[in-house]
Amino acid sequence: MERVLLIRYGEISLKGRNRRQFENRLHENIVSALSALDKNARDRVSRSHGRFYVAGLQTAQLETQAIDVLSRVPGIVAISPGFAVDSDLEAIKKAAISAVKLAMEDLSQPVTFKVDTRRADKSFPLTSPEVNQELGAAILRNVPGIGVDVHNPSIHLTVEIRPGRTYIYRGQVPGPGGLPVGTSGRGILLLSGGIDSPAAGYLAMKRGVAVDALHFWSYPITGVRARDKVVDICKVLRKYSPDLRLLVAPFTKIQTEIMDKCPEKYRVIIMRRMMMRVASSICRDVGGLAIFTGDNLGQVASQTLESLRVIGSVSEYPVLRPLLCFDKVETVRLAQQIGTYDISILPYEDCCSVFVPKHPVTKPRLDAAEEAEEFLDVDALVEECATNTEVFDLG
Amino acid sequence: MSTNSAPVYMDNSATTRPFPEVIEAMTDVYREQFGNPSSLHWMGYEAEKLVSKARRSVASLLGTGEDQVYFTSGGTEANNWAIFGSLRSAGERYKHVVTSAVEHPSILATMEYLEQLGYRVSVAPVDRYGRVNPEEVLSLVAEDTCLVSVMYVQNEIGAVQPCAEIGAGLSEMGPRRPRFHVDAVQGFARLEIDVSKWGIDLISISSHKIHGPKGMGALYIRKGVPMHPLIFGGGQEQGLRSGTENVPAIVGFGVACDIWAQIAHQVRDNLYNLRKRLISGIAGVFPDAVLNGPPLENVAPHIVNFSFPGFRGETLLNALEQRNVFVSTGSACSSRKSKPSPVVLALGKSEAEALSAIRFSMSPFTTAEEVDITVSALEDALKELGPWRRKLT
Repeated sequence: MERVLLIRYGEISLKGRNRRQFENRLHENIVSALSALDKNARDRVSRSHGRFYVAGLQTAQLETQAIDVLSRVPGIVAISPGFAVDSDLEAIKKAAISAVKLAMEDLSQPVTFKVDTRRADKSFPLTSPEVNQELGAAILRNVPGIGVDVHNPSIHLTVEIRPGRTYIYRGQVPGPGGLPVGTSGRGILLLSGGIDSPAAGYLAMKRGVAVDALHFWSYPITGVRARDKVVDICKVLRKYSPDLRLLVAPFTKIQTEIMDKCPEKYRVIIMRRMMMRVASSICRDVGGLAIFTGDNLGQVASQTLESLRVIGSVSEYPVLRPLLCFDKVETVRLAQQIGTYDISILPYEDCCSVFVPKHPVTKPRLDAAEEAEEFLDVDALVEECATNTEVFDLG
Repeated sequence: MSTNSAPVYMDNSATTRPFPEVIEAMTDVYREQFGNPSSLHWMGYEAEKLVSKARRSVASLLGTGEDQVYFTSGGTEANNWAIFGSLRSAGERYKHVVTSAVEHPSILATMEYLEQLGYRVSVAPVDRYGRVNPEEVLSLVAEDTCLVSVMYVQNEIGAVQPCAEIGAGLSEMGPRRPRFHVDAVQGFARLEIDVSKWGIDLISISSHKIHGPKGMGALYIRKGVPMHPLIFGGGQEQGLRSGTENVPAIVGFGVACDIWAQIAHQVRDNLYNLRKRLISGIAGVFPDAVLNGPPLENVAPHIVNFSFPGFRGETLLNALEQRNVFVSTGSACSSRKSKPSPVVLALGKSEAEALSAIRFSMSPFTTAEEVDITVSALEDALKELGPWRRKLT
């Protein structure tokens, strides 16, 4: 009796001729996610019949960890833990009983079950309904306090009889769904350390984008702890995409110049325009296709449609805003679900309290913004900032 | 991010670099003399003797008898113990305590808790230099006052409180007078304390503020003052502070005290000179800087606190850190907005001043060159941050 995980994926199977490429990418991502747990992850993952299988997880603890890791890999719809045995009725019965007992540990009474058998190997001597009956009877005999419920069981046992090998799964754990990271190209995520941008990054990754997170760091206006907060957020985001990189752009000089040379009302708009320019430059360098932000329509002055237009107009790449039409509670819920919220609300100050004017412009005009920048040496500042941007070692 | 020069540590009120002799002595204890003083065998006895020797060193620097020094886990425990131990031993009749507005959080937070428990707490205000008026403190004493707790040296601004006058006034109040506790964590070793002459009953001191190890401190309890324990157990420290003695840290604390006994006078003079140098240096590069705390008189030799109105203390701290100079802000950033230092506010300063306060605190290791580096780093930082200066209305 061997532990095995069945991994189902969804939309990829719709992708016609790209399917193979998508599956290959998901295969790599699964191996990469499991590599943190197991050096031999590559040997343990196999693919057949439109599913992935993870075999050879030696301990229950390793299995639990593997399910946890896989539940965060975009492209995966569900993970089912189970056992693989020889296609022999007695062995199957034993495995079914063990599977039910294991599943019961996490459930409150009363526990009910149902068995669904699929006989792919038609040479197996019993039909699927017969196997259902045999297993159901064996479980009722051997597991005290359990009942049958074919409509709404608390344990849904699925049995797949293949030539020589039979798989018995107990329930399933949902994955994020979406598309494998990397299948939608690369994008730059503007990551501030607040609640919104990590959630936006997650959504981008969930739709298959390989994300390079770009943080604008204004040391010494903000301290090392403010940067390390972003580092911690990236470590959480890496659970969804182990290859995520953090790029730290030194932003103090640009902000200081803006403080010095631009009208107060337009400070934030110009700051965001400068961020877009630097992000565009870096996006070009890394071969990216889009810039993602955590912007949310109307949340603050720089997120009105007027502001978004004036800010976005300097970007060479599409500026994509996955949270644009979320309500704040929805964003908070998502941030909590992906595990970045508790880090985001840590109180290290960002530079905004000094930088943000008392009365920022809410309906900026493009010509006014351009005029407000006239004393900035925009190109030189952007180039210097982009050149000094460094990949931060996330360990 | 940092310059090439050696780090200049100007945060000695937060904690200090242990004397090398301290580390050596502690290492020896950890390696060879790791016995438990309560053990009956000779290894235990060796440890017991080490503790006694260190106790003599601490008592000697404090100018008191060794039988009146009780080791604790640090200044915070000593302060908590002084307050709770006094109230418990004083009995039901006493429901009132007196303290000052600029005490350390380990006093003020405990006082807040006392209020929740139903005690009355009177808080003496301070003048623009951060000093209490001794008469005002004495006037707050009531029939049922159990304890007067006033610190010796204010930790953020260096103000030296008139402990001698307060103690003298209390002594005149007769046998039912409240007891007098002095939190001397910042003043111990650096300034003289005349324990008996000043009429002090309880003194809190801490090891890591004087180049000893962290997690070690002591409470002086004047002989004859009844005291209940805060921590119960195996009956160590004459039954008043249970828990296996932290022998290595006690030894380290003792060694630090021995060293201070040798250097205290010279260090004091030297630090007062460095203090003047730092103050005039800062005033020279930034004339708008506002000194918090007393300028020359009644001030500790090692603490200099300035406000830089229009700047944020935290930003200045980062900019100095970038230049390898390490200081503190009075304010703790506990939300998206920095909180102004309550101590600086208590001096009657504006919020802008309280938000921009920076504390420089020196040690026997501090040199004139380091003071000069600090001043020029500050000048450089203020210049770079110039555009960030908020115009004050």
